Amino acid sequence: MASVQPLKRPFWSPYAVGAAIGVLSWFAFLTAGRPLGISSAFARLVAWIEGILAPAHVEATPYLAKMKPVFDWEFFVVIGVALGALAASRLGGVRSAERPSAGRIAEAVLGGFFLMIGARLANGCTSGNGISGSLQLALSGWVFFLTIFASGVATALLFRKEVR
Amino acid sequence: MFEPAPRLLLGLLTGFLFGFFLQKGRVSDRRVIVGQFLLRDFTVMKVMMTAILVGGAGVYAMLAAGWVQLSVKPAQLAAIFLGALIFGPAMVFLGYCPGTAVAAAGEGKRDAWWGLLGMTLGAAVYAEFDAACSRTLRAWADLGQVTLPQLTGIPAYAWFAGLAVFAILFFRRVDSRSAA
Repeated sequence: MASVQPLKRPFWSPYAVGAAIGVLSWFAFLTAGRPLGISSAFARLVAWIEGILAPAHVEATPYLAKMKPVFDWEFFVVIGVALGALAASRLGGVRSAERPSAGRIAEAVLGGFFLMIGARLANGCTSGNGISGSLQLALSGWVFFLTIFASGVATALLFRKEVR
Repeated sequence: MFEPAPRLLLGLLTGFLFGFFLQKGRVSDRRVIVGQFLLRDFTVMKVMMTAILVGGAGVYAMLAAGWVQLSVKPAQLAAIFLGALIFGPAMVFLGYCPGTAVAAAGEGKRDAWWGLLGMTLGAAVYAEFDAACSRTLRAWADLGQVTLPQLTGIPAYAWFAGLAVFAILFFRRVDSRSAA
């Protein structure tokens, strides 16, 4: 079952993947001068969409007005993440065609909504705070990492959240 | 509107590798993420702790060599604590964090597409309240761009050594329990 070609193996050891992401963060610091992050690209996407629909509102909202240029390094990191995961899953023969139920769609939209409110309030997500902040030994990163872990565990156990 | 093209291509390459690794690490699977919060499957912690140790040791070595500068987010403790308190439960219900949601969406997982819609709406709503948050929540308990070595006087290598010992002991225990 385990293919000799690592790229075609469906999954890798989590330690190997963690080490690879660690080395990738060196690459990001060296070549881009900044750590890996995801969630600020969503604020940039909003600034771009609202800039087309309501440019005056964007100019009057400092948080959106400062998102210039809209399409930056991190925005393209996010596009790359989608493409990289697509390539990895197809090479490994992993494919999901599950059609979500109406309940699951509502859960995903609401979950995503609050996820991003929390991420923007905390200045970053699991990538920007949890990995990039923690690896720099930033107090902000560790407070975020420990708090999401504790509150997530409490939520999962309290609601006995099961996923098939 | 755009940063220079070479920098954008660099971002695309960095992101491609990041997404590739996330999928190979099984963390773009929401059963794995929810399994972590149920304390049944420690894949997420293994990936994150190894990334922090390997990444951190390298970044601090490059910092000492003068090759890189740190990019530390301010320790606005009230805002980060409240944000994380919203983020953790939301991650349980969505089943992904922002990066793994993008990865899952790229793989074609439909629920993650809806998650991205919710995330974009969340970013839009947050933008309306950022100014009010900056005057209040962000200003409370703001310790600035501080790191644990600066705060405690304990050097970075000691933090990484301690974290490595903790991670090795903890994951050995986890792996022997799941193998049994």
